[in-house]
Amino acid sequence: MFDALLDLAAAVCVFLAAVLSVAAGVGLIRFPDALSRLHAATKPQIFGLLLTITAIALEQRSVATLLALVPVFVFQSLTAPVAAHMVGRAAYRTGQLSTEWLVVDELGPAIARSEQSCGRDAELGSEHQSEPLPDERDGHSEATDDTGR
Amino acid sequence: MSWITLALLISAGAGLTATAVAAIIRIVRGPTILDRMVASDVLLTTLMLAVGADMVARGHTDTIPLMTVIAATATLATIVVARFVKRRASSPPQEPVKETGHV
Repeated sequence: MFDALLDLAAAVCVFLAAVLSVAAGVGLIRFPDALSRLHAATKPQIFGLLLTITAIALEQRSVATLLALVPVFVFQSLTAPVAAHMVGRAAYRTGQLSTEWLVVDELGPAIARSEQSCGRDAELGSEHQSEPLPDERDGHSEATDDTGR
Repeated sequence: MSWITLALLISAGAGLTATAVAAIIRIVRGPTILDRMVASDVLLTTLMLAVGADMVARGHTDTIPLMTVIAATATLATIVVARFVKRRASSPPQEPVKETGHV
């Protein structure tokens, strides 16, 4: 009886993971721009995988299997937010978003402020350096060194 | 009790198949390469969930290393393509060449 209950719980967990996955698929098809699709797509990556791992652990009922499943979740929870962040950053930088749907945009003014300060530092630094540096962080540090001198 | 489990697993398989088909449709139709990369990420996640559902349905643990490898390396392609898109989009001459410091 108890084993049958655990098997049913495992099946329910797999079903819930599939429901999350279907939600991601529907969001991929129906949402209008890249950021919305990214929002829909990252739902099953963590919680769906956690439900699937729970289902495997409930179905196997051994500590060795659970210990083998822990690195799967650790790797996924380390790498999935990085991928989502990079895609969202690239989508914002290349303007692939519908701005009339945004409620508040905090990143745009921050980028504008950063570009203003970086441009000012670059002007100060270019008095002493003939050619611009390829990397922005190197230019920034050199410019602060020049102004401090 | 057993037919409920069977029905849940069959509907889970149908849902995962529908998600894979939706991701492939978005890969084919996606207007930008970022949409295609998001969809391919969803396809890999769906593959990982399907491997896990197969382990639950048939009661074995043979493909746990496959899940580990997919979870560890699924991010690399997305990160590389996102960097490529960013650098290519900052190259037109009307934009300033300097990048901002946000990471």
